[in-house]
Amino acid sequence: MPDGARAVLDGPEINRALTRIAHEVLERTKGGRRVTLLGIPSRGVPLARRLAQRIERVEDLKVPTGSLDITMYRDDLRLAPARALGKTEIPTGGLDDRVVVLVDDVLFSGRTVRAALDALGDLGRPRAVQLAVLVDRGHRELPIRADYVGKNLPTSLRENVTVRLTETDGHDAVLLGPARPRPGATEGDE
Amino acid sequence: MMRHLLSTGDLTRDEATLVLDTAAELARVGDRSVKKLPTLRGRTVVNLFYEDSTRTRTSFELAAKRLSADVINFSAKGSSVSKGESLKDTALTLQAMGADGVVIRHSASGAAHRLANWVDGSVLNAGDGTHEHPTQALLDAFTMRSRLGRLEGLRVAIVGDILHSRVARSNVLLLNTLGAHVTLVAPPTLLPVSVHTWPCEVSYDLDDVLPKSDVVMLLRVQAERMTESYFPSVREYSRNYGLDGERLARMPQDAIVMHPGPMVRGVEISAEVADSPRCTVTEQVANGVSLRMAVLYLLLGGS
Repeated sequence: MPDGARAVLDGPEINRALTRIAHEVLERTKGGRRVTLLGIPSRGVPLARRLAQRIERVEDLKVPTGSLDITMYRDDLRLAPARALGKTEIPTGGLDDRVVVLVDDVLFSGRTVRAALDALGDLGRPRAVQLAVLVDRGHRELPIRADYVGKNLPTSLRENVTVRLTETDGHDAVLLGPARPRPGATEGDE
Repeated sequence: MMRHLLSTGDLTRDEATLVLDTAAELARVGDRSVKKLPTLRGRTVVNLFYEDSTRTRTSFELAAKRLSADVINFSAKGSSVSKGESLKDTALTLQAMGADGVVIRHSASGAAHRLANWVDGSVLNAGDGTHEHPTQALLDAFTMRSRLGRLEGLRVAIVGDILHSRVARSNVLLLNTLGAHVTLVAPPTLLPVSVHTWPCEVSYDLDDVLPKSDVVMLLRVQAERMTESYFPSVREYSRNYGLDGERLARMPQDAIVMHPGPMVRGVEISAEVADSPRCTVTEQVANGVSLRMAVLYLLLGGS
């Protein structure tokens, strides 16, 4: 664990939050028949997969799941050297007329979601777009809100939220710690 | 990532791999309903072509447009260059117009390097004389990687007019960085004097090299750059160094045939081989757009 960081969610708590979100998605979308889950790299992708597994367990329904990289749509590209791209995998069948649920680990300024909405517009025309996040840490800079939230976490701008997942980091945890120096105070939502 | 792309020799293995990986992601943009990304909106790319080129210029133009950049085509014919303007003055003009990136093709080796000293924007070498053609080498490596799944340990034969080829030099440097083994095959008259300093092997015997190659890349005999005679006859050249169906049959089963284009059927490649599914010429052209998008993004997309 980084210096001065403390865990605000542990593995079992993350699991419970995801199970609840899976149920909420099914409820809000009336059974989830039209739902497509799109994770935003990097940690939104395994979260989307976990949600799909839970939905399948509850409703015996295979939900198309993919990923949506938003790097080329960021509004801060010129503030840093060019970044490596993440994977975009749109499930076969496309996004037209689907209820797309975007999945990300942390909702912060809202700029990542803004970029994701622009990217979606170039890929098809979903019937509706919803947003699921594991942690909402506040401090929005755009008129954007989440439809499904694992945990609302009031934070100070001087703090840093880190999500660790087994698939990417070897274990599950949400950590709250002092801010690392980062390029541009309003950079990402990660 | 660096500011200019002048030579594949300047790329580290990580940088070259980043370019190829980025191109692999960008290749999917061509399959989408909107074949465009907003990434270079408001940036200006100038295509400055002192030599005729259809393939490379349109490829760069399409790549820049798919990234939403504004593109200006500046060809030597019908511009101030034909009135006697120097490269430096043209460069300063482009600079004054606020070009963020300049793609240059020039008949003089080193022209791109000179240009890089005069402008603030990024310079992309699209072929300078007989020196280098980095994006061609990158798209060749990309094509090999997507066809054969790897570059490390791949055995690549580059056959033909090495002396006048900028593609050969760029490929040798890049493939060496990426861990492939290159053998140049040509008559002694079509090899540069300094070829022993290149990180590759050299052979005069195509039939000896072919069975040991995963990739054979054929180069056109560049008659327009030849001021003297380099081989007795085209027919003899073709007999010794041309790839026909019989020679192709002696290569490993999954070996591929590449050509940077334009091909001259009947000289370095037979029509039978050119039309075979193992020949990647059109794939190379398609990959060229994705690869050039990757280079433009990595050079112009960041701060």
